[in-house]
Amino acid sequence: MNNFQYARANDVADAIRLLAADPGAKLIAGGTNLIDLMKENVERPTRLIDISRLPLRKVEGTADGSLRIGALVPNSDLAYHPLIEQRYPLLASAILAGASAQLRNMASVGGNLMQRTRCAYFYDTATPCNKRHPGSGCSAMDGLNRNHAILGTSAACIATNPSDMSVALAALDALVHIAGPSGERTIALTDFHRVPGDKPHVDTNLGTGEIITAIELPPPGFAQNYSYLKIRDRMSYAFALVSVAAALELDGNAISGARVALGGVAHKPWRSLEAEAALRGQAATPDHFSHAADLLLQGATARSHNGFKVELARRAIVRTLTQAANATPQSQAHKKIA
Amino acid sequence: MNAYVGTPTSRVDGRAKVTGAAKYAGEFPADGLLHGFVVEASIPCGRIARLDTSTALQVEGVLDVLTHANRPPLADKDDSWKDEVAPEEGSPFRPLYDDTIKFNGQPIALVVAEDWETAKFAATLVRVEYEQHGFATDLEGERSNAAEKDKPHKPRGDAVAALAGAYVRHEADYVIPTEHHNPMELYATTAVWDSNGKLTIYDKTQGVQNVHKFLCGVFDKKPDDIRVVSPYVGGAFGSGLRPQYQVVLATLGALALKRSIRVVLTRQQMYGLGYRPMTIERVALGAKSDGTLDAVTHEAIAVTSRYEDFARNDTGWAEQLYKSPNSRFAHKLVHLDVSTPCDMRAPGAASGVCALECAMDELAVALKLDPVELRLKCYSDRDQSENLPYTSKQLRECYARGADAFGWSRRNPVPRSMRDGKELVGWGMATGVWEALQMPVAVRIALTSNGHAEVSCAASDIGTGTYTIVAQVAADALGLPIENISVRLADSTLPQAPVEGGSWMAASSAHAVLVAAEEVRKEVLGLAGKIPGSPLAGAELVDTVLTDGSIANASDNSRAVSIADAMRHGGVERIEKEKLNQFGEDKKHARNTHSAVFAEVKVDEELDVIRVTRVVSAVAAGRILNTKTGRSQIMGGVVWGIGMALQEETVMDHRFGRIMNANIAEYHIPVNADVHDIDVIFVDEPDAHINALGIKGLGEIGIVGVPAAIANAVYHATGKRIRRFPITLDKLLD
Repeated sequence: MNNFQYARANDVADAIRLLAADPGAKLIAGGTNLIDLMKENVERPTRLIDISRLPLRKVEGTADGSLRIGALVPNSDLAYHPLIEQRYPLLASAILAGASAQLRNMASVGGNLMQRTRCAYFYDTATPCNKRHPGSGCSAMDGLNRNHAILGTSAACIATNPSDMSVALAALDALVHIAGPSGERTIALTDFHRVPGDKPHVDTNLGTGEIITAIELPPPGFAQNYSYLKIRDRMSYAFALVSVAAALELDGNAISGARVALGGVAHKPWRSLEAEAALRGQAATPDHFSHAADLLLQGATARSHNGFKVELARRAIVRTLTQAANATPQSQAHKKIA
Repeated sequence: MNAYVGTPTSRVDGRAKVTGAAKYAGEFPADGLLHGFVVEASIPCGRIARLDTSTALQVEGVLDVLTHANRPPLADKDDSWKDEVAPEEGSPFRPLYDDTIKFNGQPIALVVAEDWETAKFAATLVRVEYEQHGFATDLEGERSNAAEKDKPHKPRGDAVAALAGAYVRHEADYVIPTEHHNPMELYATTAVWDSNGKLTIYDKTQGVQNVHKFLCGVFDKKPDDIRVVSPYVGGAFGSGLRPQYQVVLATLGALALKRSIRVVLTRQQMYGLGYRPMTIERVALGAKSDGTLDAVTHEAIAVTSRYEDFARNDTGWAEQLYKSPNSRFAHKLVHLDVSTPCDMRAPGAASGVCALECAMDELAVALKLDPVELRLKCYSDRDQSENLPYTSKQLRECYARGADAFGWSRRNPVPRSMRDGKELVGWGMATGVWEALQMPVAVRIALTSNGHAEVSCAASDIGTGTYTIVAQVAADALGLPIENISVRLADSTLPQAPVEGGSWMAASSAHAVLVAAEEVRKEVLGLAGKIPGSPLAGAELVDTVLTDGSIANASDNSRAVSIADAMRHGGVERIEKEKLNQFGEDKKHARNTHSAVFAEVKVDEELDVIRVTRVVSAVAAGRILNTKTGRSQIMGGVVWGIGMALQEETVMDHRFGRIMNANIAEYHIPVNADVHDIDVIFVDEPDAHINALGIKGLGEIGIVGVPAAIANAVYHATGKRIRRFPITLDKLLD
């Protein structure tokens, strides 16, 4: 870990000012990922700007029926918030599928969006990594890539985004509220994270000096027919090999609305509007789910060790949509797959 | 004298542990304590071309950066570096000795600062340039370079011919990956100067006297100059049998700076210590039409370092366990640019028996025999390798009780035939075997007239419960309530003990307590007999017992004198006796523990997610000293076996020769959500030959057989035989 300056932001404007003043500065809230990366010398901020005391901890309804979640709401508080449990249980479930109780207690909503890949080469400063050291090469491409991306990859990077929460947020069409030196703006969660392209060191579309202030969840919440299924190498406390957030609106057995997002397969939560459109108007049957899976996985490419993810994702999509259609969502507390 | 032995006595150190009163090696305070942080090599082979510490030294609070170039003297002969469990062949690793790099993660500098964070920061400023040499770290890539250890097993009959003519033959490679111990406690040493200029070394180790002798050799010190203490150990599982490099670095730091110092390794750095070596286990079995074995061959190919030959018994188990007229065994090593492997729970057996028992399952399938029945057909009441009877062997009873508790008779042998909803159900079983070893140990007992006894010994308690069983045995032998016994362990100045390992410490320490207690009883009898009108006047020692705070006639407890009266009358405040126990040599028996493990897995038919929903482990291990800690010990072994079967694997990128999952987020071991029902059965196994109390030890046997039972259950559930461990879901998916 390097030596760094520490400053506490008094308000959002203060945080923006401090951030804009020092290109090497990083915001810190829960610190559950940043501190790890600093210990490994992957992140070496010149200054930490502590935003943990900013007044961004509310979960509140808005006039148009949306829910606005402050960026500093702890992951645990959000997962167990009555409004989330009732209106957006898919989000609650995805959050509880991630990390451990201790980490969820510390981690903030904004920080969860900002967490970085778990690629082993990104973490190991003794190996080349384009994300950590642009231009040095991608060690995962022909190395240990069992956990790596199959969609939206580039020649420069095959890392995945490790967040579970973001996958549900993507499916729920969440919006990210941002404040920065040139004022406030809002971007769709699905546009917040990037595909790696030739700039894998840039994870998100957050601009210089910008800070996440809130997440907005629009209706509908798909509280009747949803499921978050995370497939991993043990039943808890492991990153996803593949995860699926599925949300359906049903009219009898006919699908009137569908959202599907994948985790563990790309540099960002992965959605396919084409797949979702193909589901609309169809009966909620395995055949249609399977067709949607094929559309979602169009263009999937595997490297030496992650080919299994294509088939695993296909099956997981079908299972998760089935769970959603049957209103039997995956429990994150049970020691088995429903 | 059986008030405590054999009962579920709670840990006597439990309160100290859960309240934090128990201090571990990295927790001892000292005035002016310095902190050292290790800088590691980032290449697997070569030499340090340039090591620039100037920037690090400029950091405020940094006192020194120790390297091979400026360190205090270290021994230059291998003998000084060979601890009591070092491999016979080779030259032990010497930290900061010279500019040679032998493995990735090797310590190359120690930054010493006033606080840990400063040392850690300054460590990032040490600049290293390497001259990198060619290297190899991939066992499978280097398989052709495998060379047999100098003393191959003696073959029996002609296994090659027997295999060629076998009615049914099965031959396959089973691949066990490198695994790391990951004990909860980080490796740490606190080296503290006392006012007399002597060093007390608080070290995480499984053997304080081993470390003591090692440090005296490495630093050319007299035995009185150094004391090694390790009262509590937060797990070690074999990784602490040999002195680890942080104890050398801390001692170097203390000598160089003349101040007390602490060195704590990070979790990541602990992947530069020892590990269970990756092995390729090639097993061939040939059977006759009646289902009896006619031939067994087992060849193990294992990783070791370039500088030491580490080898354990992977292949001898089949030789011993099953009747087969023809057999051949070989253990081969491949030298790679890695650190030397070390013992890890049931070293050799965990890997070798895993392969053997998977192969036996495959043979049973080929013979259309029930897996238990196959093992009963090959069952031997004698150790096949030495043709000796066992001191005791209730493995047959393990099969019977385990199968009964599991419900094995309801098993449909056809793969994929049993299911529960979306999940395929598989039932598998395997045999477990380990040695029942015992070593010379000395114990000192100090009995005071108030009826309190202090029992002391240099043995470590690595979390297994040594404090508790020593207290139990002493309470019984001295006839005192357990609350009146205090136990001191793991101080190099205490009576002799070897490293705690191999499952030998329970039997070894218990019998040392017995012989020391007998010396105490002799003294008490002498005093009691001298009291005028003593009911024990002229009594023989063998006819007496210590019971209820008195010495009494063994067959008539009413003829007794209280210990307090005897000591008061004799004018003695304290009776202190120390005695070394040596077990008699018995070359006429084989000594082993056994188990039968039954496992149920449920595998999601679409997603191939595997769950181990039930395990029954029936263990025959002589007399169980403490049924509570013993049960925990076996449960821990079963949980580890789940990890070995399905999760554990140290992953290395052979292009860099670097471990890429050196942390416990990515190196998977079971979490609570992976653990379901575990049923531990202790089969009654009276043993009149092995030792006075009939004790065998439980440390290792709990894991042996578990990975194979699970792998066999996965086959039964899915019809797929995965021979490359761990069995992750991608290996089942097709």
